[in-house]
Amino acid sequence: MDIHEYQAKEILSGYGIKIAEGGLAYSPEDAVQRAREIGGHVWAVKAQIHSGARGKAGGIKICKTHDEVEAAADYLLGKRLITHQTGPAGKVCGRLYIEAGTEIAKELYFCLLVDRSSERIVMVGSAQGGMDIEELAVTNPEAIVKIYIEPAVGLQDYQARKMAFKLGLDAEVISHAVKTIKGCYQALRTLDVSMLEINPLVVTKSGELVALDAKMGFDDNALFRQLKISELRDKTQEDPREMAAADRGLSYVGLDGDIGCMINGAGLAMATMDMIKLAGGEPANFLDVGGGASAERTEKAFRLVLADKNVKAMLVNIFAGINRCDWIAEGVVHAVKKIDMKIPLIVRLSGTNVEEGRKIIAESGLPIITADTLAEAAEKAVQARNEIVAKEAAGA
Amino acid sequence: MAILINETTRIIVQGFTGKIGSFHAQDMINYGSNVVGGVTPGKGGQTHLGLPVFNTVKEAVQQAGAEASIIFVPPAFAADSIMEAADAGIKYCVAITDGIPTQDMMTVKNFLRRFPVEERMVLTGPNCAGTISPGRAMLGIMPGHIYMQGNVGIVGRSGTLGYEAADQMKRLGIGISTSVGIGGDPINGSSHRDILEKFENDPETKVVLMIGEIGGPQEVEAGLFAKEKMTKPVVAYIAGLTAPEGRRMGHAGAIISSAGESAAEKVALLRELGVTICPTPAAMGATVAEVLAKL
Repeated sequence: MDIHEYQAKEILSGYGIKIAEGGLAYSPEDAVQRAREIGGHVWAVKAQIHSGARGKAGGIKICKTHDEVEAAADYLLGKRLITHQTGPAGKVCGRLYIEAGTEIAKELYFCLLVDRSSERIVMVGSAQGGMDIEELAVTNPEAIVKIYIEPAVGLQDYQARKMAFKLGLDAEVISHAVKTIKGCYQALRTLDVSMLEINPLVVTKSGELVALDAKMGFDDNALFRQLKISELRDKTQEDPREMAAADRGLSYVGLDGDIGCMINGAGLAMATMDMIKLAGGEPANFLDVGGGASAERTEKAFRLVLADKNVKAMLVNIFAGINRCDWIAEGVVHAVKKIDMKIPLIVRLSGTNVEEGRKIIAESGLPIITADTLAEAAEKAVQARNEIVAKEAAGA
Repeated sequence: MAILINETTRIIVQGFTGKIGSFHAQDMINYGSNVVGGVTPGKGGQTHLGLPVFNTVKEAVQQAGAEASIIFVPPAFAADSIMEAADAGIKYCVAITDGIPTQDMMTVKNFLRRFPVEERMVLTGPNCAGTISPGRAMLGIMPGHIYMQGNVGIVGRSGTLGYEAADQMKRLGIGISTSVGIGGDPINGSSHRDILEKFENDPETKVVLMIGEIGGPQEVEAGLFAKEKMTKPVVAYIAGLTAPEGRRMGHAGAIISSAGESAAEKVALLRELGVTICPTPAAMGATVAEVLAKL
């Protein structure tokens, strides 16, 4: 789960990390009010969306008057911002963070994350802040410093000092840098953060170390014990279909194709989507219904897939282990009748009680296309989709 | 032979008396696994499914000679159960639980590393379907009847995709020595590479099928191991050709977050390392058959 910059800054501030003075605004009037409260002559009006690279997408405006703040806020609120992290659909900005302008002497990059290879927390830093770290990793990998942290003893001062010196910080800010780095580590361990990125971490002209941006992602598996963090979830930043799926205990990811999918198991779901692609089609979604797919759950899954109006045909692929094919078949028949499905449906069942399952489908009297193997299922789905598209073209 | 478990392996179930634990314990017993009891703290001394219940794993090891364990404990308590098993002297543990916090798994892995290699418990999972040595023992939640006994080893992240592979192989008359699910989490007990090493040392296994997916470095590490250290051929399929970057595809670990983690990149790297790639997920059985025919 991701949170907004202003939320991340509020958390980090509690761990001793210095941030610029700022406030939240939901309207241009709010924005001006915040600027007045903050005082000074320069403000940054920052779009709060769950994505990095907001500056490049025009989501951050530097303003020198209250009128400029109002105009920037008016422009950004409700605007759809598209970055390489949001995908082509972009994300709509519904909140702004108004922040005091900072006089920057130096921009640095700092990040802490759980590293899968070493199974440790790794601290990543670069004296070349402000830019995309993935880009820097390609163009100038030597400019990136990585320090791994032994989980049993945690981050030590010497490691934080080493990072601070590698970032090219002056001797007088080293002790503050150590405090900042240790604060970040503490936040990460205490709150089950999977990724914490400060880009840029800046040295101001007055010699202070300030987190000018902050991005935090949390481990979804740990949210049960991070109730305060769970409350920070902003549902407007997430795909409504994915949210609806998650609320029903289903795992769904919307894609651009037109063959809807309902599969049990994440690996088999990905493999089935691959098979659709190899057969010449494009999957409309990833959907793992998991184990214990009851009739009710199956119906919910069908509704979710069919809510995507691009879907021209639907493929169900179930390999029953704990599940039973006869239960799945009953659920499918029930869902098709209840929803009054109009598009072709291809069903492939395998595993426990497969014969009983196939019999239920065959005897239902519904125009369900059945398949024995994964390859056959994908081919039939693509064929059915192509026939529909051809028919539509002929009709038009 | 087979790896990790066979018909004599003395098995206990952690989370034995719960609904899920009971169901799968019975299923494993029906398959012929040598289940000798279970652990549910506070219910020690009782009998469940005709077998003794212990308060601690240590007691199960001392009194029932437990060697392997399977964990059905809820996510919040699962890491603790794994560490208890390791400390009690269990040799092999399967963690079925889905949803264990990543930092808990980091702690578990760090805890396991404190034991000398020869005394260290082998852990597979979490978030997996378990391990089966067909015809001998099942330590998992898979449908046992779809697996035929034979000489191909399977290691994979996904449960149902592993079933698909076993089913394709059975249709072609190909059997399995052991099938190991390593789970879909970003930090897991054993990697693909760890399991390849075990298959390399198992005289019964002739070929290994590795079923990987997008995200993380483990498939490529396994490919390097296969090239440098293995005499047996490795066949691989990598799921997630159509997966977009930065999106989690069901499994917590199935996300393309850096270079080299997409299915296409992994396939290219594995091919370079001499691993035989299954052209489609429907051709896992056929590709294994071709490789077996060349032996």
